[in-house]
Amino acid sequence: MSEIERLHSVAQCLRARAVRMVHKARASHLGSCLSMADILACLYWQVMKIDPANPVLPDRDRFILSKGHGAAILYAALAERGFFPIEELDTYCQSGARLNGHATSGVPGVEFSTGSLGHGLPVGCGIALARKRAGLPGRTFVLLSDGELDEGSNWEAFLFAPQHHLDNLIAIIDYNKIQSFGRTKDVLDLDPLADKLRAFRWDVREVNGNDMQELCQTFNNLPIGSGRPIVILAHTIKGKGISFMEDQLIWHYKSPSDEQLAAALTELGASA
Amino acid sequence: MRTAFIEELCLLAENDPSIWLVCGDLGFSVLEQFSDRFPDRYLNAGVAEQNMTGIAAGLALEGKTVFTYSIANFPVMRCLEQIRNDVCYHGLNVKIVSVGGGMAYGTHGYSHHGVEDLGVMRCLPNMKVVAPADPFEARAAVQALVADHGPGYLRLGKAGEKNVHSQPVQFEFGRAIPVVQGSQVMIFSTGGTLGIALEAARDLQAAGLSVAVSSMPSLAPLDRDAILAAAHTAKLVVTVEEHGPGGLGSAVAEVMAESGLGCLLRMVRLRHEILKTAGSQEFLRASLGVSRQHLVDTVLSVLRP
Repeated sequence: MSEIERLHSVAQCLRARAVRMVHKARASHLGSCLSMADILACLYWQVMKIDPANPVLPDRDRFILSKGHGAAILYAALAERGFFPIEELDTYCQSGARLNGHATSGVPGVEFSTGSLGHGLPVGCGIALARKRAGLPGRTFVLLSDGELDEGSNWEAFLFAPQHHLDNLIAIIDYNKIQSFGRTKDVLDLDPLADKLRAFRWDVREVNGNDMQELCQTFNNLPIGSGRPIVILAHTIKGKGISFMEDQLIWHYKSPSDEQLAAALTELGASA
Repeated sequence: MRTAFIEELCLLAENDPSIWLVCGDLGFSVLEQFSDRFPDRYLNAGVAEQNMTGIAAGLALEGKTVFTYSIANFPVMRCLEQIRNDVCYHGLNVKIVSVGGGMAYGTHGYSHHGVEDLGVMRCLPNMKVVAPADPFEARAAVQALVADHGPGYLRLGKAGEKNVHSQPVQFEFGRAIPVVQGSQVMIFSTGGTLGIALEAARDLQAAGLSVAVSSMPSLAPLDRDAILAAAHTAKLVVTVEEHGPGGLGSAVAEVMAESGLGCLLRMVRLRHEILKTAGSQEFLRASLGVSRQHLVDTVLSVLRP
């Protein structure tokens, strides 16, 4: 099995974990989890310097999930990576559990609690600025949704990061082109998004965010010390990997039935 | 008061390399004291308070003690969710400084009147809320905020306030500062109304009443013991503040109502109205019911009806 195939199988495993968690918890946001599965697999298994045995390793790369509603698959990635026991995933959204529906710090590996949109990038700017001024290693990765780019706070941060040459900051936009009420182009059209970000003086990289080969190629060849922050515009498909969920708005909300769970797991090549 | 703040912050920053100052493009001719001496720990985030506060949270995650600074409502209201979710949720070491609290920016209009800040801030968990009365209290409060690990809010006046205390004061979170002793009436003041409270107390003493005055710069935590002690011994407790509902009066009322003690309470605070007229700080606050005379009249209406 090639490295790319291995990472793809990791992503499929994360998808299966997330589907089971959301099904059990009768939770939502599954489509958002599935679109970013490949990005998480690439970052956590290939790109980021992390130590599951020491989640607060000083020189680690930091990861902030600004689209905090995708917490289920982040928890799945952290558990699969060894930050905490896999069995704990069964407690997702259960009363008294630490695995909240939105990313919540205190869970080993979760750097920052999110949930309200437009918070991750400014915080990432602060971390990156502190480390850059101190000459400390470690990059800061912030994963945003496309819908959350409606929030003005992100554009404040888009202005800020190039001004302060935060080349240790990498924003990733999960551009699945669906937000709560419909297509992003119908709610608040972001396009031409890459041009906008270039105009803000970011180093913009466009990639198929569901193609492991492209993701690895991109993330493994990011410039170091260029003086410019980097944004990865990851074109993705909401609900990616499960045919009846792909590109469907309703899977922002719905929880799979028992039959849908079984069908989804079959498509993912996972056991029930 | 802002001069006292920046001088004290510079003194502390000399010995504490974790202290950062982050402003929202305001503080011209004030913050240079800090930025000139500690350029590596100073940041102008631009006119972007949400990002400013998120950045402060990120810096605090990296171990910094971060002061955010802007005027009136801007570092509070514009970025309230960042304060709540980024700072308080994570218990981060970020201190929000608002200069020109109350109606210090009188002629600038309601947009610049910070008259709901104390109520909003004291609702937030983990938030220490401090409104000093004068430069002495401001200096002591800055020291205490730096010594404390966690979120804080500091409401400052503007510039040129005189010292009300005659000498440096002891400041502790959750402790009132007694200024005048007396038995019949207890006046609690927070922030810049302490001078009014002392003047009113003199008037009332001249009218034969025994009046105590305490400054309450620490709104959260609150000095419950001082309130309960006053409620036990005095006939009347009066609060005075340059703030609308939700501030000191409300905080004291909560404690007194739960105590079951029969002591009377009156609140001298800004009426819940929006003024569209220009005016000085003194004019505007008197227009909404906060002045020496309002305080005197309030006490006399209860005790000398």
